[in-house]
This record gives sequence, C-alpha cells and structure tokens, in this order.
Amino acid sequence: MGWQKKILRVNLTEGTCTAEPLNMAWADQYLGQRGLATKYLVEEVDPKVDPLSPENKLIFATGPLTGTPASTSARYSVITKGPLTGAVACSNSGGYFGAELKFAGWDMIIFEGRSPSPVYLLIQDDDAKLLPADELWGKSTWETEKALHRIHQDPQLRISSIGRAGENQVLYACVVNDLHRAAGRSGVGAVMGSKNLKAVAVRGTRGTQVADPQRFLQVVAEKKQILAENAVTGQGLPTYGTQVLMNVINELGALPTRNAREVQFEGAEKVSGEAMHEPRGSEGKPNLVRNQACFGCTIACGRIARIDKEHFTVVNKPEYWGASGGLEYENAWSMGPDLGVDDLDAMTYANFVCNEHGIDPISFGSTLAAAMELYEIGAITDEDTGGVPLKFGSAEALAKMVEAVANGEGFGKDLGMGSKRLCEKYGHPDLSMTVKGQEFPAYDPRGIQGMGLTYATSNRGACHLRSYTVSSEVLGIPEKTDPHVTEGKPALVKAFQDVTAAVDSSGLCLFSTFAWSLEDIQPQIDAACEGDWSLEKLMEMGERIWNLERQFNLAAGIDGSEDRLPKRLVSEPASSGPAKGMVNRLDEMLPEYYQLRGWTPDGVPTPETLQRLGL
Amino acid sequence: MQRSLNIDPDKCTSCLQCEMACAYEYEGVFNPAHSRIKVFAFHDEGRFVPYTCTQCAEAWCKNACPVEAIQVDSATGAKIVVENLCVGCKVCTIACPFGTVNYDHTRGKVFKCDLCGGDPACARACPTGAITWVEADWTGYDKMRSWAARTDNAPRAC
Repeated sequence: MGWQKKILRVNLTEGTCTAEPLNMAWADQYLGQRGLATKYLVEEVDPKVDPLSPENKLIFATGPLTGTPASTSARYSVITKGPLTGAVACSNSGGYFGAELKFAGWDMIIFEGRSPSPVYLLIQDDDAKLLPADELWGKSTWETEKALHRIHQDPQLRISSIGRAGENQVLYACVVNDLHRAAGRSGVGAVMGSKNLKAVAVRGTRGTQVADPQRFLQVVAEKKQILAENAVTGQGLPTYGTQVLMNVINELGALPTRNAREVQFEGAEKVSGEAMHEPRGSEGKPNLVRNQACFGCTIACGRIARIDKEHFTVVNKPEYWGASGGLEYENAWSMGPDLGVDDLDAMTYANFVCNEHGIDPISFGSTLAAAMELYEIGAITDEDTGGVPLKFGSAEALAKMVEAVANGEGFGKDLGMGSKRLCEKYGHPDLSMTVKGQEFPAYDPRGIQGMGLTYATSNRGACHLRSYTVSSEVLGIPEKTDPHVTEGKPALVKAFQDVTAAVDSSGLCLFSTFAWSLEDIQPQIDAACEGDWSLEKLMEMGERIWNLERQFNLAAGIDGSEDRLPKRLVSEPASSGPAKGMVNRLDEMLPEYYQLRGWTPDGVPTPETLQRLGL
Repeated sequence: MQRSLNIDPDKCTSCLQCEMACAYEYEGVFNPAHSRIKVFAFHDEGRFVPYTCTQCAEAWCKNACPVEAIQVDSATGAKIVVENLCVGCKVCTIACPFGTVNYDHTRGKVFKCDLCGGDPACARACPTGAITWVEADWTGYDKMRSWAARTDNAPRAC
C-alpha cells in the first residue's frame, strides 16, 4: 500500500471521467509523483507537441507517502510539457490539496484534450465529475476557492486552481492550491488554462493506509525527532522560513542583484527573514504573523504575513489587509534584490498578487529585472511601458507591473512571455537570465560554482530544486565543499539530482533533506510500500528518472547545446564579495558531468546507460 | 490525578498530525475526515485552532441521550459513546453546545473524543506542544507562568 492504486483519467474534450488501475509495474520502477507521472507523460505524449495544444496532457500526481503521518507528507506535483521551456515540466506543491486527493482514493489525475468551455473538476471520494466554470472564469484563485466552498456548501473542499495568469496563458503561470501554495514553475498553470480547466476541488473521506503500519509509525516517529533536533529544520526554517538565507547568501556574494549585474545587494538586510520579524516603524507590528505547516509537516517553514494597511500598495484595498502567504527566499530575492527593491511590504503585496492570480514570482521578478535593465539602456521606453518608469529600485514599478501581468494588460503582456522572449523582442537576448527559457533563481553561480552546473543541466530549465548543491557548498550538508572550486562538483550535482528525483517521487518535501539523508527516507518508503525499496533501488530509480526526463527533452528537440548559462554568468566577473573576480566555470564541469552520467560528449545517454537503467 | 487535554492555538501550525493520529487510533486508517479533533484555520488572521470535546462536567450530550449510550469513564472523566447502545438519533449532537459530538453516516452512530482511555493520540502526535495532556485542575498553569514572568518588572525607587 502507500498507493491507492487508482488513477482518474479526465478527457476534457469529451467531458468524461474514468477510473483506471495504477500501472503497478511502472510504480515499481518509478515509485510515484514526479517519476511515475513522467513515465505516464513519456508513454502518452509526443515530446514534439505544442505545450498549449489539446494534445498535451496535464497530470496531477501524489506519491505513496502523500497523506500519511510521515513528516512533510503534503506533496503533489503537476507534470506536463511546459510552455515556458518546451521541456518536461514538473512543479511540486505542498498545502493540503495533495493529501486530500489521496484521501479521496486517487494517486493521480490525467487531464487530456481541451474542454470546449470553462469547467472545473469536482471529486468527492469515488465520484468525479466536470462542472461548468463559466462563472469562475476571470476570478482569482482566492475568489475561486471561496466560490466553490459556497456553491457546494462544503468548507472542507480542498481547491487547486488557476488565476487570471493561467487563463491568459502567461508562460510562467502557476497552479495554486490552498490559497498560497503553488506548483510554481515552467508555466504548468498556462497548460491548465489552455485546457479550459479552472479548478480541481477535492473532498476525501477514505484515508490512506500503509503496508506495515507498526514499522511505519515507529520509523516515522524516529525520523521526526531528527527534524526536530536539527538546527535548520528544527529552528532556522520554522523561525525564518527559507528567508533565513537572505543575509547568508548576500554575505557570500552570491545574491544576484539588479538582473545579476551585481552579486550583493545593499538593501538585503531590509528584506531578510530577520527583517520580517522586526516591528514596523509605521504601526509597531512586524510583517510576519506566524509560520504555517503544510499537511503533515513538522518543520512548518511557511510564512504567513500581513501588509501595513497604510502602505501605498494596499491603501483602500481591504482585500489585502488580512494575513496570507508571505515571502519565501526565492520570491523575496526575485522581487527584491534582483530588482534593487528593498520595500518589504511592496514585495509582500506583489507576492500576494502572484498567489492570487497564479504567477510564478521567480520568473516574474527575473523578467521584470531584465525589463528594468532594458529600460535603463533605452531598449524599452516609457512608450512601451505605458508611462511607468521601470527603474531599478522602484517599488511602484513592481506593484504596477505585477498587476499588469495579472490582468494581462499593456506591458504586462510582454512581461508575461518571460525573460527570454522579452529580451529577444527588444533586441538584447544576452540580458535574459535564463536556461532553456526558464529564469534562474536566487543563487549566483559565480559565487556558488555547483549551481552553475545545476542550472545548466536542469531538465526543467534553470532551477535550484533539481540539485540544491547550496546545501553542501554553503550550509555544509551533508558535508562542506568549497563553493569557489569546480573540482568534484559534477559528481556532487549528479548525486543531488538523483536523490532529489527519488525524494520528489515519494510524496515528501525536499526541505526534509536539510536534516534527512536518503538513508532516513528509505525506511519510511520501505515500510509504507509493498515490495523491497532498498537504498540502491531508490538511487538507481533517481538516475532512471533523470535519464527519462532527459530523453523526453532530447526528443522534444532540446539537446546538449542548451546546457548553457547566460553569457553574463560566464563572462562578467562578480564585482564584489568573496567571489570577486570570478565567473562560473561551467566548461570545467560539463564534460565530466556527461561522462559521469554515461552520456556522449554531446550530452546524449549512451545505449549502455539506457540499458543499464532499463530505459 | 485526572488529566485534561490542553490546547494552545498560538503553537498550532496546522500540520494536522493530530487529525491523522486520532483517526488511526479508532479506525486504523490515516483519515482526517474521521478525526474527533479538528484544526480550524482562520486564514485572514493567521490563526489555527485545534478543537475537540473538553469533557464538560455538565455533559449535555449524556443528559440528552435517551438510551444511556453516553457514559462517563471514571478513570479519565471522559464522556464516551457506547457504540452498541447508540441508536444514531443524534439528539446529543443537538444538545452539545460546542459541536464536538458528530454523526458518522457510514456506521449510523455518533462519535466523539474519549481521551483514548487516558493516553490521547493527538497530544502524542502534536509536534509543537499545541495539544498537551496536563493535570486537569491546572490547565492554566503554563499560561499563568508566562504572564507571571512578565509581571512586576518595572524599576522602583526603593
């Protein structure tokens, strides 16, 4: 057990919902969530398909540990071919929705085709049906959740939906659940919008079971203790959230600032996790209200924040006066240092709007940063921006532009294409801080060399969550490596990529790995699932998943020539801090990485490698 | 010494481990839908509040029951539903001022917190100390102590 062994296939073109058994032979090879849903995607979708066409599919997938008492068991992923990158997209979210889907008796939902008009999917245990969503179309994720609770007179429905960004097919639109948790990256929300699917509402009363409950509960309790006693998961994350990193990364000279022109931000302290605790001068209350856990999580890193009612962004807008999902590190970076903005409440407002309308704050902030640089050099003018001066440091520009993207109006349409397409349109492709079309997040690879290889080789475009070598290079987890050297990084990146693929397929949260190694996670999987889930099997599975994703991308036309970093990171040295004078030395790492992977010098898995992994 | 569940909403992160533990205790399934304790989110205020039966001495549920299916566990003071006596009339769910007795349509019986016979699973499962199992006569002890610590700290002339 662990799995519910049942998936829901929803044909949006025909309007049908069909239950089918989970392919357990595949589950034995790919476990669940990221790995298993990617297997379904690869088997069912032509990699060359237009991501926003009815031929693409959209999969919501849980893992076998989702909705169990294992700590951090909230996770589900949205898997599809991403419109921002054209690559495989797999975006992971927490909150309560994933567990609820499991409780209703389903491991996975596969959406096919395109509905002729807006619909939402209602799941009440075994009963699944599509209902008209004409009246929800145009509404925010917040309004949609409220409306569905009201329509069905059920406040316990868990909702996953798109906002206006997904409807308008903003290329980095998210799927948002539980008001402020998001399957955030690569534009999975745009695919949902292209299918005329507004929301999925779930209520589950069947619950979950595991194969060996006694062993499971015992090991789960032991492992929770490790999280509680660890400095990062027991103190740092609950107190400061991921924002614990803002000052650390700034001091390291690895905080991309003003579209990564610089690597340290003079205002970092003002937008840090510590600053979120400081009472505001204006009203004496801090930005942070409290922390919140996702389902089952004993870390509870989530930020619940509130904006000062008098702040210019929310004056006369009472809908933003309440507490909601606050700034995590990546969002604080993309809408703070990367724009040169140091106004915590303005950034929180932009974060609220991103949650409300389903916008990926990393891609949005980085795209706006590129626009600000284009504006500074005169490639974008007031005429293009509708008279809004896009100056670095302008909190007003941030607030206006996030609204413009949400509403799909004016320059917001250009910003909604993402940084790559924006910079191409305005004639300066090198100013786009992207890999494979996706904006990189809050770690500058000039000061953390392994993150350069991480971004360059990530199967979903630039991303920190595919191999978070920051753990080793900065925090010393599991062991400290020098962030300035390239030696040993190819092996480090490969190991992180494979372990992460396994964790992402389990239903657990990657953040648990600040304290847990795969050795801690393996016995939890083994006790929950039928079959023998050894460490070796999980490691090999992680590698298999990585290669499967790579194969999809290669077939989609994305080859080794796109394992590249923005020119700035490999040619413009860091201007200050401990990494001053350094660029990222990707060329020193990439050939060895390919070799370790068992790939050709062009980055193609060799037949031997594929055979070894059963691909 | 009798003990009582003590709830401190300030410490609750809404992880729902208590709901899973509760349902598992009774049914062997991890299923918040069948939990006797529920965590309520007051989202706009950023507050999460676990709520369950406080085992009131008045026992409106017990008094309302026409078939004496609600009895007092003399060891714990818990008001417990004797399932084979319960006729599913739901009068207790009306009588309870707090809503903590509810009906399970699959079994045709009501269900409520029975303090797990004196070792509540929710308190064991809570990772933050938001739900604790404390001396019944001193549920306010920790709160008193924290306020006591803040009292009389002003500097004095003599």
